[in-house]
Amino acid sequence: MSSLSILILAPLLLASFLATLVGIWRLTWAYIITIIGIALSLAAASAGLFRVLQEGTLRHYLGGWPPPFGIEYVLDHLSAFMAIIIVFIGFVIVIYPPGAGLYHVPRKGVPMYGLVLLLISGLIGVVVTGDLFNLFVFLEIYSLASYALITLGGNRAVVASFRYLVLGTIAGGFYLLGIGFIYFSTGTLNMADAAQLLPALYSSPTVVAAAALIVIGMGIKLALFPLHVWLPDAHSYAPPVIAAILAAVQIEVAGYVIVRMMLTVFRPEYFIEILPITSAIGWVAAAGIIFGSLMAIAQKDFKRMLAYSTVAQVAYVGLGIGLANPLGLIGGLLHILNHAFMKSCLFLIAGGIRFQTGLHEVSQFAGLGRKMPLMMTAFTVAALSMVGIPPTCGFFSKWYLILGSVEAGNWVFVAVILTSSLLTAVYFFRILEKLFAAPPNDDEAVTKATEPSPKIVVPILVLAIGILVLGLINALIVTRVLWPVVALLPTG
Amino acid sequence: MIRQRYQSIIIQSICSLLIPFIQLFAIYVILHGHYGPGGGFQGGVLLAVSVLLQRLYLGKEVAYQKFPPKLALALGAVGMLIFGLAGIVPMAFGGSFLDYAYLPLPGVSGAELRYLGILIVELGIGLAVFGTLVLIFDNFIGGRW
Repeated sequence: MSSLSILILAPLLLASFLATLVGIWRLTWAYIITIIGIALSLAAASAGLFRVLQEGTLRHYLGGWPPPFGIEYVLDHLSAFMAIIIVFIGFVIVIYPPGAGLYHVPRKGVPMYGLVLLLISGLIGVVVTGDLFNLFVFLEIYSLASYALITLGGNRAVVASFRYLVLGTIAGGFYLLGIGFIYFSTGTLNMADAAQLLPALYSSPTVVAAAALIVIGMGIKLALFPLHVWLPDAHSYAPPVIAAILAAVQIEVAGYVIVRMMLTVFRPEYFIEILPITSAIGWVAAAGIIFGSLMAIAQKDFKRMLAYSTVAQVAYVGLGIGLANPLGLIGGLLHILNHAFMKSCLFLIAGGIRFQTGLHEVSQFAGLGRKMPLMMTAFTVAALSMVGIPPTCGFFSKWYLILGSVEAGNWVFVAVILTSSLLTAVYFFRILEKLFAAPPNDDEAVTKATEPSPKIVVPILVLAIGILVLGLINALIVTRVLWPVVALLPTG
Repeated sequence: MIRQRYQSIIIQSICSLLIPFIQLFAIYVILHGHYGPGGGFQGGVLLAVSVLLQRLYLGKEVAYQKFPPKLALALGAVGMLIFGLAGIVPMAFGGSFLDYAYLPLPGVSGAELRYLGILIVELGIGLAVFGTLVLIFDNFIGGRW
């Protein structure tokens, strides 16, 4: 028994309430407490990953009550991997200055930092818990925090947030109904215990309905293609920092839940052979990849283009789940990590450009490349990674996905991945051409533009360097962290 | 929206008579929660109701002086901090998260310690629910504070 899993969560929760409390008097104190809370949590998450790599799964029983009676927190390879991504992206997002990231600095007494911490702690809670109902509670915590945070983007963001609230609540309801059905048939909410009891009940209609409801609910949260309608508005009207954390980690956590259901609660064979869940996810995701990329090409607004690009990129995660062989799922999980770095980097750049020049439409960016060399270099790295050019990390997740498709003998998926890379190249090279090659127009915003302050540039550069580093160490991540996760899956 | 005091003398006297009893019952529900029906959530809702009733019949001006909205935010945060500390402190003394048997309270042990631990957590939850509900109400009726 080790308390590391709860130690990742506890500093975030405590700092969330403490930051809200001191934020009533001093905004700076709230900021400092937020940074300390996330830094402690990051330390615990790193320690957790190292312990898991050395010793295997770590368990913690809340209140000392052993499962199946008590709630258990489990830190295994998959959850340690997710936890460190979430906390790291959260840390970078919080040090990004609120003036650029939120369009304005929040007033005293507005629990903005508290909400960001609550969002991150909800996401961490989902990945470390070993209890189905506890997972639902954290799902609602992070969803409610994100609805509130999206509304900071202004009037249109409020409408977008309300649409997301309606659909997100339906998704949460589907998940709750699903675990309700599991509880009716097994009498337990503990994941490991349910995994023991479920195989005998696999033919029962209740369990079939439970699996279907959970996957559909999480499909809405993951914004898989036909269920993505809430995402473009919510992510393009939300402030850049919030859009960055939502696109980078918040929606991918729903993908984690599907993987967790497939690997831990149900057996993989159930999702692959007995019910055709994975092949359904795979085909829907393939459609979503093409649809998202085409819609992204059609967008004029930079952030809206990124939002449609997110629809396409999370579908890669869905494709990895849909392939359901070790290489494919490695590709999907690696893409969660890579997409977190790429998309948060791009959204922070969108915030930086808007803060420095007030521009947000791609057509106005002509000539900006020479005015902001550092930020635009970071943009180039992130864009190349989105397309999938080898030294950057984006190449490797697509590589594993293609290997997985070949192993599954599914050549349509190979074609979809390659076509989508071309389409991604179309919408990013269009911007690169504007930035570096197009003749600068006489727009005053461009001619007077300068590199933003280091406070804005440094987080962006950290993420851009991260994209290159992850590309270099991807073999290490795959062999040490991800292979143990997918070991259960059938090959070939 | 609720700008001024409600004019009817009947409503004013009934409300001012009811509020202390609602609060007393709320405190009873919170303190009795660990060995009877009730607890932090129910008691917190009742406490919040008493403040909301005051807001409804006194109007914004007076009611905000009696119970400022910022106090609601602070109480909510303090409540959750109490809950969080009740979880963290046992860990510092060698137990699990929320394992009341490891709370460092002098002079009590065993079942009595666990029961005090539940009381502490219920107090925290009560304050949190109280603060949050008042905050939701204040945000619904609008106005910056």
